[in-house]
Amino acid sequence: MTVTEPSKTPVDLVTLTIDGIEVSVPKGTLLIRAAEELGIAIPRFCDHPLLAPAGACRQCLVEVAMPDREGNVRPMPKPQASCTMTASPGMVVKTQLTSPVSEKAQRGVMELLLINHPLDCPVCDKGGECPLQNQAMANGQGSSRFTEVKRTFPKPIRISTQVLLDRERCILCQRCTRFSKEIAGDPFIDLQMRGAKQQIGTFSPGVLNFHVDLPDPVVRTSEELEPTPQSLQQGSSEDESRGASHEHATGTYAADNLTTTGQALLDESGQPFASYFSGNTIQICPVGALTGAAYRFRARPFDLVSTKGVCEHCSSGCALRVDHRRGKVTRRLAADDPAVNEEWNCDKGRWAFNWATGADRLTHPLVRDPETGELEPVSWPYALQVAAAGLLKARDAGGVGVLPGGRLTVEDAYAYAKFARVVLRTNDIDFRARAHSAEEEAFLGHAVAGTGLGVTFAELEAAPAVLLAGLEAEEEAASIFLRLRKSVLNKGKKVTSIAPWASRGLIKLSGTLIQTVPGQEAAALGTPEAAAAVSTPGSVILLGPRLTESSGAYQAALALAAATGAKLAWVPRRAGERGAVEAGALPSLLPGGRPVSDAAARVDIAAAWDVDSLPAQPGRDTARIIDDASAGLLPGLLVGGVDPDDLPDPAAARAALETASFVVSLEVRASTVSAYADVVLPVAPPAEKGGTFLNWEGRWREFPQALTSEALSDGEVLDSLASEAGEGLGLRGEKAGSAELAQLGRWEGARTERPEAHTLAPASATVLSTWSMLLDKGRLQDGEPYLAGTAHRAVARVSPATATGLGLAAGVTGSVTVSNDRGEITLPLAITPMPDGVVWLPSNSPGSPVRARLAAGNGDPVVLRLAGDALMGA
Amino acid sequence: MAEEARQPVTLTPVLSKHWNQDQSWTLDSYERNGGYQALRKALAMEPEDVVSQVKDSGLRGRGGAGFPTGLKWSFLPKPDGNPRYLVINADESEPGTCKDIPLMMATPQYLIEGAIITCHAIRAERAFIYLRGEVAHVYRRLLSAVEEARAAGYLGENVLGSGKNIDIVVHAGAGAYICGEETALLDSLEGRRGQPRLKPPFPAVAGLYARPTVVNNVESIASVPCIIENGSAWFSGMGTAKSAGFGFFSLSGHVQRPGQYEAPLGITLRELIEMAGGMREGHELKFWTPGGSSTPMFTAEHLDTPLDFESTGAAGSMLGTRALQIFDETVCVVRAVLRWTEFYAHESCGKCTPCREGTYWLVQVLRQLENGQGVPEDLERLLDICDNILGRSFCALGDGATSPISSSIKYFRDEYLLHLSEGRCPFDPVKSTLFAGVNA
Repeated sequence: MTVTEPSKTPVDLVTLTIDGIEVSVPKGTLLIRAAEELGIAIPRFCDHPLLAPAGACRQCLVEVAMPDREGNVRPMPKPQASCTMTASPGMVVKTQLTSPVSEKAQRGVMELLLINHPLDCPVCDKGGECPLQNQAMANGQGSSRFTEVKRTFPKPIRISTQVLLDRERCILCQRCTRFSKEIAGDPFIDLQMRGAKQQIGTFSPGVLNFHVDLPDPVVRTSEELEPTPQSLQQGSSEDESRGASHEHATGTYAADNLTTTGQALLDESGQPFASYFSGNTIQICPVGALTGAAYRFRARPFDLVSTKGVCEHCSSGCALRVDHRRGKVTRRLAADDPAVNEEWNCDKGRWAFNWATGADRLTHPLVRDPETGELEPVSWPYALQVAAAGLLKARDAGGVGVLPGGRLTVEDAYAYAKFARVVLRTNDIDFRARAHSAEEEAFLGHAVAGTGLGVTFAELEAAPAVLLAGLEAEEEAASIFLRLRKSVLNKGKKVTSIAPWASRGLIKLSGTLIQTVPGQEAAALGTPEAAAAVSTPGSVILLGPRLTESSGAYQAALALAAATGAKLAWVPRRAGERGAVEAGALPSLLPGGRPVSDAAARVDIAAAWDVDSLPAQPGRDTARIIDDASAGLLPGLLVGGVDPDDLPDPAAARAALETASFVVSLEVRASTVSAYADVVLPVAPPAEKGGTFLNWEGRWREFPQALTSEALSDGEVLDSLASEAGEGLGLRGEKAGSAELAQLGRWEGARTERPEAHTLAPASATVLSTWSMLLDKGRLQDGEPYLAGTAHRAVARVSPATATGLGLAAGVTGSVTVSNDRGEITLPLAITPMPDGVVWLPSNSPGSPVRARLAAGNGDPVVLRLAGDALMGA
Repeated sequence: MAEEARQPVTLTPVLSKHWNQDQSWTLDSYERNGGYQALRKALAMEPEDVVSQVKDSGLRGRGGAGFPTGLKWSFLPKPDGNPRYLVINADESEPGTCKDIPLMMATPQYLIEGAIITCHAIRAERAFIYLRGEVAHVYRRLLSAVEEARAAGYLGENVLGSGKNIDIVVHAGAGAYICGEETALLDSLEGRRGQPRLKPPFPAVAGLYARPTVVNNVESIASVPCIIENGSAWFSGMGTAKSAGFGFFSLSGHVQRPGQYEAPLGITLRELIEMAGGMREGHELKFWTPGGSSTPMFTAEHLDTPLDFESTGAAGSMLGTRALQIFDETVCVVRAVLRWTEFYAHESCGKCTPCREGTYWLVQVLRQLENGQGVPEDLERLLDICDNILGRSFCALGDGATSPISSSIKYFRDEYLLHLSEGRCPFDPVKSTLFAGVNA
């Protein structure tokens, strides 16, 4: 039984009898769950604990008797679906274990389910983990009496680039369509036809006027079976006796080469079933009807080894099941964790794991040959020796800046934090490989670091109202989106968003928009609308990544929380950011939220680390490390998983890497940083190390090492490097970092002062708005073309008035060019209700590398013009 | 249209009384014959009193299930100021059933007036008539009948100066038998896929647009004005004690004069066949359905079974919609059952396994049997499949699909076996047609 959180309030219990055993369950409990309480498994298909009851498959029929008004227990004339009937006092239920009627009803339904099922278990991906197969063995008959003709379908339908549907295997339980409607809010598939011809299908692109431009599936290796475009769109001829026509349901996408429309809500999605959560439909499919293109025909479940995992993508920290075989991850599934992700995850978390196993994977330490200038493979001892010597030399010549990146485990981030202070004797460490501000840093020290478990998913669900400030939950923390949507639908939660325009995610949350020009978030947080949005007790304010680019926003958020009593939570975009704050990977923070500026805190940590003292001056943040390195003021750089193109000024970052006299790079794959490095030390991706992510709630999300690997974690490499440098970090072992951090405990002393507003350039005529899409050109999505096919299409957005101001006549589509002195980006235009004088671009989508090309962020001035050659009639 | 009453003693033409008049469907004609007096009377009554009067009359649902109409109305929760609806099920699609469509063609104002009175009784302001989509002529007639009533002030704002606002929406379905199931009808009316809903909540609590809703059959609603007009005692004076009143008996098939016979409940088929001029010349009754194809079939031994809810039930069938399909000895029962089963397979909505897969299977088995292929054990297989559908499916469609099969095997097992021993159907299908013997 899946429950979200153990209920704390006393509940009304009802007592009933199941198979002669008395059981008390909370009022409203379904019979099928009450039976589970007794360990009685009633077979089922359509039933799913997180979906509304359907009663469609009829597999779970049981005999029920109920007391009448006089108290005489009277049997109901028909067996009842135990997945739809709730327990009532005095009920007497007989399952297949004690009732011949239930037993026969279940066997009968099972036989009927199988008459049109192909029974192709030996070649079906689901074979071995299939609820239909398992329950047919347990509750079905050994052989079928069906000797007639089975219904067949051409196979398979391509629902999206990543989801394929074999309709003949489908038992029409509607779990997928119910998930799509009830959970994801992306009802891109639905039932079509009726009777035995009933099937799941996509909406015809022609009907909905979708732009359909699906890339052909990529053949990975010649040995592996792969659906070709032909097999996706055609199949064996229809069973003539049924005379069915499935023209509209078999993929005819290629023929529908429709132009995009000017409607923003239609054209951004791009494909039918372009849902960020479509992988869940595959996981909950109780048969092999829905399969993922990346896993189809690649493994048998009984050959796989499963390891618990935690997703490395966003700050939600979703529980995963990592399935691997012969040292390779074959697939990932959402694991059941009621406190965090329930049983769901997003498609990125499910499918984006090939990034770590590409051809550019670093396998050996590399040291730059002084003569050739090339990186050459060397032994670990030699590489460590060169790296340690170089870092110490740079330290003594002016200092080493440390940029660990935002994707580390707590253990690894802690190792960087300790390494910086103990070995490099500096506070020049900043995990923020993104836009950042001093105000944000102060806020993190004041309200986040060392605060333990804060607002939880359960509190978020229970909150009557949630204000999203600079956060696009569906794009940036997808599990938060699902949890919000759940309570919007079930409990009438009110969601309000401070953003320039209402994203599809906000619309699916029935949210209210406080339309805000980028940079003006502080003012928006101070409005009566914002106060009203969180005035109900128990409300929550979620602070997203964009606030760091908005002067005064954190200050305003703290003020709003203080005024309304709403709880605050900081939701960073990357999995390692919350942990890095805790570990002290910031210039002004030591582990556990201890301020560098606090002498007692320094003494505390120095004692624990067995050093005489810690550097007392707050260090340089990411921008200053880069500025000073480019100016020759900081000779050394120690860089973790950082992509310069994520930094506020990628060109400056490259210049810093170029100028710095000694660069050490700890990387999983060859990267921009490793190309500049003097020493490259390969480190393990999450599947090859154990560790702990700290998610946005502040919850410790431990995971074991999934794959046998020689790769070392960042922490282990830094520990060795420290030894080589003559200092002991004492961080050998997978959990050493987190254990030491836990032992240090949280800072009890005075916290960092409240943040002060930082100054920004005055607003100009046109300002940029941008955020990252869930699926984009991020390096952690490399190597997964099926997933990439469902990314939302990149568009630029401006208001109708701004479009008119550009000279775009009403009803005309076109492209716009967004430029500044650094460069320009041209994208198709989607006219969107939003403030005038603002242009929105996706941060890192194909054709829209905002930081790399414009070195600009939210609120920065840009120049807008129509892309002349892209003008076309509507 | 209606048969002239040959035996006025037993026929009780009320709703069909004026069908033979010129342009009986117009408001003029309806008013000339006393139409809309009941509405005036009802509007002067408290809504609760109207409900009581219908309750007292003993009127039971004419759509087949026979649930007491007034009782159904009284299940609505207390008004909360928000909308509540009357939905009239005019999706008459059952094989053999043909009572509502003639009624709506001939005298649609009975239904309109009944709907207005019912809206008043249940404090609804809007009624929806969900009409079977294929009958475009009836759709047009209903639309103009509503227009006429609205123009005359019976519909719209302030009906007859009563202060009540009542209006009717006529909605044509898209051709699905399942939409006659009341919750599938509501989903279809809301613009969704027509599939039955999970109950509870029942429509009385959360029906159309999740608001309290009464769903009634056309004939039930059309019977309301005469009950108001003549009193509940007048109505309950007809029929039997538990099956009060009158209803249409729709005779089709091998009788001399098929048609609508409006008679008190409790009449027998023997009496009805007599009124219809007897069986086809030179032939005798073989089997018949009391209430459409979903009701288990009867044979000549049931000629004197009173056609009321209790007696038909006791005899192993149901009164259903009083759609009396009458077959003589020229008809192959296997063939007839196959046709019906093909209908159910075609109309199964697909939501639940037993009905979707079961009807698909039944058709194939029956097709083989009708062709003389198969083995005697197939009959047991057929019956067992029926047993796995009956009472296991989501709604009554699946149950109905098994009725013709199990009842026909009960009465005509030998005929099934004859198909197998002869290796073909022993009947000449031409002999059961109207043109039988034309080219002989």
